[in-house]
Amino acid sequence: MQLRSWLGRMALAVVAILMAGDPIAGQRPRARTAAQEDPWASTYTPRASRPTLIRNATILTAAGPVIEKGDLLLRDGKVAAVGTVDNPPADALVIDAAGKWVTPGLIDTHSHLGVYPSPGIESLSDGNEMTNPNTAEVRAEDSVWPQDPQFGLALAGGITTLQILPGSANLFGGRGVTLKNVPGRTVQDMKFPGAPYGLKMACGENPKRVYGSRNSSPATRMGNVAGYRRAWQQATEYREKWRRWRENGSDEKERPERNLQLETLAAVLDGEILVHNHCYRADEMATMIDIAKEFGYRISSFHHAVEAYKVRDLLAAGNVCASMWADWWGFKLEAFDGITQNIGLVHQAGACAIVHSDDPSGIQRLNQEAAKAIRAAAEGGITIDRADAIRWLTINPAKALGIDKLTGSLEPGKGADVVIWSGDPFSTYSRAEQVFIDGALMYDRHDPATHPQRDFTLGILPEVSR
Amino acid sequence: MSAIGKRRWRRGFGPAGSMLLAAIALLAAETPRAQTGTLAITNARILPVSGPVIEQGTILVNNGRITAVGANVSATGAGHVIDAKGRTVTPGFIESATQIGVVEIGLSAQGTDDGSIRPTGLSAAFRVIDAFNPNSTVIPVTRVEGVTRAMVVPAGSGGIVDGQGALVALTGEHVPASITKAPAVMVAALGERGASLAGGSRAAAMLRLREALQDARDYAEHRDAWQEARRRPYALGRLDLEALQPVLRGEIPLAIEAHRASDLLAAVRIAGEFGVRLVLFGASEGWMVAGELARHKVPVVIKPLTNLPDFDRLGATLENAARLAKAGVEIVISTFDTHNARNLRQEVGNAIAYGLDPARALEAVTLAPARVWGVADRLGSIEPGREADLVIWSGDPFELLTTADVVIIAGKEMPKTTRQWQLFEKYRTLK
Repeated sequence: MQLRSWLGRMALAVVAILMAGDPIAGQRPRARTAAQEDPWASTYTPRASRPTLIRNATILTAAGPVIEKGDLLLRDGKVAAVGTVDNPPADALVIDAAGKWVTPGLIDTHSHLGVYPSPGIESLSDGNEMTNPNTAEVRAEDSVWPQDPQFGLALAGGITTLQILPGSANLFGGRGVTLKNVPGRTVQDMKFPGAPYGLKMACGENPKRVYGSRNSSPATRMGNVAGYRRAWQQATEYREKWRRWRENGSDEKERPERNLQLETLAAVLDGEILVHNHCYRADEMATMIDIAKEFGYRISSFHHAVEAYKVRDLLAAGNVCASMWADWWGFKLEAFDGITQNIGLVHQAGACAIVHSDDPSGIQRLNQEAAKAIRAAAEGGITIDRADAIRWLTINPAKALGIDKLTGSLEPGKGADVVIWSGDPFSTYSRAEQVFIDGALMYDRHDPATHPQRDFTLGILPEVSR
Repeated sequence: MSAIGKRRWRRGFGPAGSMLLAAIALLAAETPRAQTGTLAITNARILPVSGPVIEQGTILVNNGRITAVGANVSATGAGHVIDAKGRTVTPGFIESATQIGVVEIGLSAQGTDDGSIRPTGLSAAFRVIDAFNPNSTVIPVTRVEGVTRAMVVPAGSGGIVDGQGALVALTGEHVPASITKAPAVMVAALGERGASLAGGSRAAAMLRLREALQDARDYAEHRDAWQEARRRPYALGRLDLEALQPVLRGEIPLAIEAHRASDLLAAVRIAGEFGVRLVLFGASEGWMVAGELARHKVPVVIKPLTNLPDFDRLGATLENAARLAKAGVEIVISTFDTHNARNLRQEVGNAIAYGLDPARALEAVTLAPARVWGVADRLGSIEPGREADLVIWSGDPFELLTTADVVIIAGKEMPKTTRQWQLFEKYRTLK
């Protein structure tokens, strides 16, 4: 799914041109197979694994009711069976998980790991290209530092997949990238195969503050909206120009000039890049839905969506997810109306509720954020089962990232991204004990050899168990 | 300008407490009295903190204070009885470093942030409590989660010394009625933040702090000469020099924010030079020098959920609380947050998950802060004579699925309504 239709075709054409005449490409006379034609394609390969049978666990599949004393069979990197497994493969590793809970690997739609790494210093601050309100051409993957130790900390919290987004200073912040939470020497080693790119957009205070303070546009919310509409209009015309060129025989001499910024926006209009829209206030979310209608694109998820509860009917009707915190509020005026029932109300309305982190500490405990949301909902008379709440952390974010056919629930045929918890994952005292990605054990709390060591933390201090 | 808040906790602040009953009588107004008549909480599982768990008992409260606690206490004749139905009762929790009441909205909201100042020449004299707004929406939001008292501290003055913090009751009353103790702590910064305030080096931060304390001491000894301009000029002004006197006299502690192990030891050294009572704020690498901290009896106020390796705290670990406690260091747990100081119990629960003894963990938000801030004779435990800050929990207080069902401050049951609850009710159905 490397952006097949329109953008994919164009990329192939461009690769052909580069290979033919580009001097840099000429210095690298590396033979490329068809599969290698996208130099940015994922080079992730699942780690070797043996069939694994997890027995006697309380299983939250994110695809149905809780299974008590259930079995889960992982084979060839996939979920092979869930429920009761009578005839496991003879070579299967058997894990007795009595008293433990099993969930799909957790997925965070909103992270800046690798682009705002630890240590949090200027040298590594690569998440916000605050130089123009429209930087749709930048890509978070070009900033990701694979050696960010925060990736390993998130893994210990059960995170198996995460979207890395640019920051929210700009109306169009750039492309987000979805990663498998595995060690890698390059970002391509971590890229989730088949995951579409995201496009980060931002509403409200941040763009108007950043650019308004420089006495440039946007300085107001109406300036923000003018900026979105201007860009979408340009993208519409750009897309049309390419469409006409292809329909008229794709004559190389007539080929339109490539514009990386508009190319990203045009791919959104083609449905190949998913919009992830930072937006706090209810009225602004409604405005963004109107803009999407005007220009014919879809918003995959609002992010932060602190006032989602006020427009939860619009979100449900428009099939727009809301990626939310359990309780962040008040740190600016557009977050002042945050309530802890936000997630529960969005869920109750039948919309796609997601717990996200936007935080290198919070990402280590998304399960606890969900617990807070369950409790707040209960205080408001909204009862939410654990079997439903787990969806906020798994299949719903998978849906928002366009990877719900590949991961996000424990159903046969899906990638075996699995967490074994020491107990109820909604308990403060429970911890991820084992984390599997595509069937391979990537983290075992009791086996330090599996604790991911990034280069930065290696040898910088005596042993620290974080 | 506050940084206590969302994001990564980069700037700090800090609080502490005094010992002199005279000072308390003078400076601290009594918290409000309960309704007349006795309140009884019956059928409760009581965690007194200062003693063993009472599996089924009764607490009597009169005139704002606890009058009796035990399995055999009778509620007969009580004016108001709350049947706890077996639920757990703890002392109200104390948040030890926050800006509740002085910061309403963190960013771009002019007039809502009184928690810090740009460099104006003021430092130690900056008394943030004078800006305390009892009508802050943050107070009820925090209180309904079982936090009953808070050390409200400055987040920065532009100098090495941030200013003074005050311990308040989260009753929503005006100053002075809401003040439990003021000043209760003097806050300063070493380490990375101190360095940035002192021109760029940790060493300069030490020098500036030493200079401030030296000047304050010299001033105390030569006030008259100074008044007559017969003394050398001081780096600090009169207000700051006066404000530092309770620190030099040992009446209130000096809370120094620092994280790196070497900075923690530097703080211990400078406290030793002047004989001041030291409390450490942050202490992310505290476990690395836990023996030294225990030997010098230095309490630490820590945020257990700190494990991101920054250069100021490369050794940060979720096991910091457990390791410090094991070494015998007095630990106090704090969120160092304002809007989400309500997550204090999440910090505690995670400290337990990473090895801290549960009883010690409860103490870290009740009796330990009461001791460190010099109010253990009034707060922090469920004992006769203590002010009745009590919380009835629907379950284990450190589980996030648990609700604080009843919150009582100084004998008075607090309302459950918050601005957030009102928003929920308004939007419970969409019209």
